[in-house]
Amino acid sequence: MNRLHFQRSQLCIPYGLFLVCFVFAPLVVIIYYAFTDGEGRLTLANLTSFFSSPNTIGTLAYSLGIAVATTCCCLLLAYPIAYILARSRFKHKAVILMVFVMPMWINFTLRITALKEILTVIEGNLAYHPFLNTLIGMTYDFLPFMILPIYTTLEKLDNSLLEAAADLGADTVRTFLKVTFPLSVPGIISGIVMVFLPSMTNYVVLDMLYNSTYIMGSLIGAYFSAYDWHNGSMIALILLGIILVFTMFTNRYADEDAGSSRGGVLGS
Amino acid sequence: MRKTFYIIFLSFMMVLLYLPILVLAVYSFTDSANIGAIRGFSVQNYVTLFKKPELRDMIAGTLILAVGSAFISTVLGTLGAVGVFYSGRFGNLVVGSLNKVPVVNAEVVTAFSLCILLIGACGVDKSSFVSLVIGHVVLEAPFVYVSVVPKLKQMDNSLYEAALDLGASPAMALRRVVLPQIFPGVVSGFALAVTLSLDDYFITSYTKPATFDTISTYVVNATRGSQTEIKTALWALSTIIFAVVVGMVILMNLTGNKNEKRAGAGNEKDR
Repeated sequence: MNRLHFQRSQLCIPYGLFLVCFVFAPLVVIIYYAFTDGEGRLTLANLTSFFSSPNTIGTLAYSLGIAVATTCCCLLLAYPIAYILARSRFKHKAVILMVFVMPMWINFTLRITALKEILTVIEGNLAYHPFLNTLIGMTYDFLPFMILPIYTTLEKLDNSLLEAAADLGADTVRTFLKVTFPLSVPGIISGIVMVFLPSMTNYVVLDMLYNSTYIMGSLIGAYFSAYDWHNGSMIALILLGIILVFTMFTNRYADEDAGSSRGGVLGS
Repeated sequence: MRKTFYIIFLSFMMVLLYLPILVLAVYSFTDSANIGAIRGFSVQNYVTLFKKPELRDMIAGTLILAVGSAFISTVLGTLGAVGVFYSGRFGNLVVGSLNKVPVVNAEVVTAFSLCILLIGACGVDKSSFVSLVIGHVVLEAPFVYVSVVPKLKQMDNSLYEAALDLGASPAMALRRVVLPQIFPGVVSGFALAVTLSLDDYFITSYTKPATFDTISTYVVNATRGSQTEIKTALWALSTIIFAVVVGMVILMNLTGNKNEKRAGAGNEKDR
């Protein structure tokens, strides 16, 4: 019996090796490159130059600006949608939800192309409002990722809590503020994770909407094409650091079910 | 009253979401190259899409890459999940935590680090497609793993033991008893892997051979260029993809019974 047990667990060896080779090793490599210079000497110059150059700090600030703005827009649009879908008694709730997350399965470059054509008709020249266009593009791209986790948390909210609040004399607004909203925070946090990080790095949306300002993603690309792997790795490492802080913070509050929302609709 | 307001709000949001895609769909059937001026009905865009070798190869390449890499990811991820499920804390710790990295990581960072390792440190030739396939598997396999694990947790473990008691070999018991129980997770993992591969831009652009394009990289390059014929042919492509996705969703709703529909929408059964 012991031998059988051993054999079954061996099944994970190929995948384990794969992860070590192609997930762990790349991390080691970028850590190495980030802290060395061209001659292979240990150095902190890449780190200090990132935080002392106005260009790179500007890029970081611009990325954060876009990410914060996109996350807020997504949240403001997604929350009412998710709330209405989860709390009301529509007959074909599942179908309506599908309609809202379906764009997720259409190639995002094609969706942004479509958006670009519409924006060009409305604005005439896209160059006049680069930040606004980027914001619209990102929101359009990431909205489904915010709707899904919030819907998941609201959907399983215990109705008796709302009834109790009503019985105890709370009106609708108060019930929402004191009961519904606080209980939906884990879903909101999962949604923020899904939207915030991609919108800091998705430089394709900016590219396609003719916004030539750099964000963190494009900065990596620029260093990469210039064969400056040391500085590129440092940017990658800084992004990884942001992600790490984010996940450590969110692991505590996020809703585990809602977290896997990328596959939420497919998972059955 | 409130319900009417809700319906109006939801419909308005739907219109906003789908307006660009639908407008493009309408214009893809005309011969005009710009939105705004409808001229005559034409299917020229669709003809170009399937006649032009460059476009045809790009679409075929994208599909082959998506299905191929999804297949590898499904095999690797499923084996990994099953193995980890039966192994001790060590396997769980190593595979489980490494598996989370590509899921939470920004795709650019995954792409960049993998590219530095493969092309920079190991000297892999990009034109061999090796780096491209590995890149896509790195992106997809963790999601397959994530969709199989909950199925393993819900599985009735005594059935496996029963199969062994009745004389099945462990391999046979895995294939005939365990696999059918986790199969829904494997299928949704595969479907998810395909959609991730089709949607990916970053990993593809860092690891692809110079002469190969997927839909994403092709579209991005096309927006930089100014070839009208290709631009409007891509409208046709977007319309076809939209139609396929709508078709799949309708199919899923028709085939799934009520219970599955609920699970599909709310991830209910996964808990």
